[in-house]
Amino acid sequence: MENNNLMTLLEKTDMAKGRLISVLEKIQTMYGYLPEDVLRTLSDKTGHSLVDIYGVATFYRAFSLKPRGKHLVLVCLGTACHVRGARKIAEEFQQLLGINAGETTPDKEFTIETVNCLGACALGPTVVVDGHYFSHVTVKKVRGIINKTLEGLDTIDIKTDKRIFPVKVCCSVCRQSLLDSSYLIDGYPSIHLNRAYNGKRGWFRLSSLYGSFNSASEFEISPDSLYSLYCPHCKKELLEVSQCPECNAPMASMLIKNECTIEVCTRSGCRGHMMNLNQINITE
Amino acid sequence: MINLTINGLDVSVEEGATILEAARFLGFPIPTLCHREGLSPAGACRLCVVEIGQGQNAKLVSSCTYPAEEGLNVRTASVRVIKARKMILELLLASCPQSKKIQDLASAYQIRQQRFKQEYDDCILCGLCVRMCEEQMMAKAIGFRGRGENRSIGTPFDVQSDVCRFCGGCMYICPACQLRCTYSEPEKAICGGCANLSPPCIEKEQYDDMMCYMKPCVACEIVKDK
Repeated sequence: MENNNLMTLLEKTDMAKGRLISVLEKIQTMYGYLPEDVLRTLSDKTGHSLVDIYGVATFYRAFSLKPRGKHLVLVCLGTACHVRGARKIAEEFQQLLGINAGETTPDKEFTIETVNCLGACALGPTVVVDGHYFSHVTVKKVRGIINKTLEGLDTIDIKTDKRIFPVKVCCSVCRQSLLDSSYLIDGYPSIHLNRAYNGKRGWFRLSSLYGSFNSASEFEISPDSLYSLYCPHCKKELLEVSQCPECNAPMASMLIKNECTIEVCTRSGCRGHMMNLNQINITE
Repeated sequence: MINLTINGLDVSVEEGATILEAARFLGFPIPTLCHREGLSPAGACRLCVVEIGQGQNAKLVSSCTYPAEEGLNVRTASVRVIKARKMILELLLASCPQSKKIQDLASAYQIRQQRFKQEYDDCILCGLCVRMCEEQMMAKAIGFRGRGENRSIGTPFDVQSDVCRFCGGCMYICPACQLRCTYSEPEKAICGGCANLSPPCIEKEQYDDMMCYMKPCVACEIVKDK
């Protein structure tokens, strides 16, 4: 089954010279690391010699040939972080998790890696866990970071983050509210939509917090595929006005207060979204 | 044809020729470790440095990779070149003291001491074996791995490569592991410098900082001085 994934990836990707790193990145996202048999298959199918692939895979720190844990902890040991005591923070992580840098805990939860600079020197000492940046980290904060990671970093805290606020949206066609207070996401009424993909239809709920990417759906669809969104009241498709700035997929638009629009990308896995505060005419 | 000056002598070479080829055509000796005819130049060992340019713009370049240019003024043995070459040799000697090729070169350049921490690597990462495997043997069984101080040459995943034919080309061409490859039984190796029948350099523990296999043998000179 896993090899099928690789095959579809390879079929979709243009393996011209110079594309090796992007393919390796995709494999790394798919498996969490670069498994040996996958690299061998890649070499067989693409004509890149295994020596070249292995050379690239071992050259870049971003690639790992060993399985990584569920959470990847990157401790910056760059100059600016180092002078502010990053070494001690790395040691604290190693002590609390019981592993050395570059290793994975036996329960496959955490992997610690040290990096030489994250480019956020003013925020140092910096620690990145699963893409979430923690700034001005002290030894005392380390346990908190680990606990927060175990609880889930994607939980949205609306009280502390001013960039996140709830929005009240309605269908761009029938102007009925899309909020469903019987199903909560992030503690707020969810945006209730219907989703169609591949002949299947089912409900799809988005968080009504602007800035949260949490969602729930009746059926899962494979990543990187396009779906269409419908209003649960008038059953009409949400109007697609513009293209996603990130992946060029069509975006489904919803109205806020009958005046401005909020648009979300209709590609699964894409987080592209826009809020248009100018009053625009949506023709039916 | 391209006209350039090497050590004050005018020479014209075909387009695409390197400074190294032009200098060798004139008979100026330039030492090389990672250069081999029939293999693409790499510029890895830096032993072939020469000085080009004038005054403020004078700089050291690796002659094996630098294409000959019209009007270029090349010095193959200026004070600066010799100084740089001696430093490179000293560093090479510090990493791979067992290599006869490096020892002979060091001896020829009057290097009589070792100022750097002695290591006993068996690879100077010149990449000759990688190029031999790829360009002459059409195998691509070995390659560079890792980065920085972890850089090494070997097969992917450190297992026997499917495409290796055991041709031995990599061992044949290696300038660093010549002792291992030329003499299958180390005790039969005879020191070129002092004809010592039990060379101290075979046993790493006995080796210390003595340079055997040199002409003249630095190990003997060190012993004499004591």
